[in-house]
Amino acid sequence: MAIKIRAKAKDGVTTVKTLMSHPMETGLRKNSKTGEKIPANHITEVTAAHNGNVIMTANWGGAISKNPYLSFKFKGAAAGDKITITWVDNMGQGDSAEAAIK
Amino acid sequence: MKKLLTSVSIALLLTLPLTTMATPQQDLEAFQDYYQERFPGTPFDDFINGVYSIDPASREQWEEIEEFPPYELSISRGQELFNKPFANGKTYASCFASGGIGIRQNYPYFDTTRGEVITLELSINECREANGEKPLKWNKGPIADISAYMAYTSRGNVFDIKIPDDPRAIAAYERGKKHFYQKRGQLNMACADCHKFYAGNMVRADLLSPALGHLSHFPVYRSKWGGMGTTHRRYGGCNKQVRAKPYKSQSAEYRALEYFHTYMSNGLAVNGPGARK
Repeated sequence: MAIKIRAKAKDGVTTVKTLMSHPMETGLRKNSKTGEKIPANHITEVTAAHNGNVIMTANWGGAISKNPYLSFKFKGAAAGDKITITWVDNMGQGDSAEAAIK
Repeated sequence: MKKLLTSVSIALLLTLPLTTMATPQQDLEAFQDYYQERFPGTPFDDFINGVYSIDPASREQWEEIEEFPPYELSISRGQELFNKPFANGKTYASCFASGGIGIRQNYPYFDTTRGEVITLELSINECREANGEKPLKWNKGPIADISAYMAYTSRGNVFDIKIPDDPRAIAAYERGKKHFYQKRGQLNMACADCHKFYAGNMVRADLLSPALGHLSHFPVYRSKWGGMGTTHRRYGGCNKQVRAKPYKSQSAEYRALEYFHTYMSNGLAVNGPGARK
């Protein structure tokens, strides 16, 4: 499980791009050999924080694809500030990563 | 029976007047000239980018994806797997020249001692077996990750596949060439139909990529697969798409095809792993 983050500030607007490693199972797919449903295993919430303050919360469901890529822009940050991305999934697993804005 | 057929066909091949049969070098020049004439606006080096070298609209989207490519996770995993020692303490580096770094452009090659075409994935699994490990599955998963990492370390290196003056090497090359131009399957199509004669045209919602520069970006992350896959995974898929029975990955047929296919891109640089539809 990994989170890769790239954040760049330009003309007062910071663009954050992140790639999260996650199977994102919808819970509707069937195991081709046993015929049983593969249990749902997907991210339910993603939070982005800037220097500790939450700036974005995303509520996700099974429709988001595997290894999701997320990108968003926001104002009011400068190079060197910290961006933290955290996710939680329906199985109770979670991960978090931090990067500095370039 | 197979050995008899092979030796008879090689004998026949050798008895043919050599002046009427084009050499691989001649084939290569004709092949590369064809694409340069067909797509005059594309610089030679750009053919490694496939459809993105011939279509500006999809290129824009692809360049955006390349800013944070989906294959990055695969490269990280591949690097970990590549550096992890086997149970006996050795690593993949011990099986390859230059410790396995920056060597993608040397594959596939014809091994004159063994008399067969050796691909990168084959070498990876042979390394495992030589060190007491179980071989990996050929098409996806760990082998694709390791191959992706090895390709990534070789970016920019130029392909210069050699065909030694050995009738078995020529036979493998010719076998690959035959597969490329031979019609097969219920749809009765050849690789050359889509990727040479109709390259640049649309097939439903997809653009047909030119075969020149095809394998430079393998292994490849395909959005369709949602993951990384090897060259032979794609070969099997292509055969299935024309409703032909696919050959087994790393079979002599696909290795011969990969040999011909890669040779045709001599002079182009490695840009693997790639991201494609």
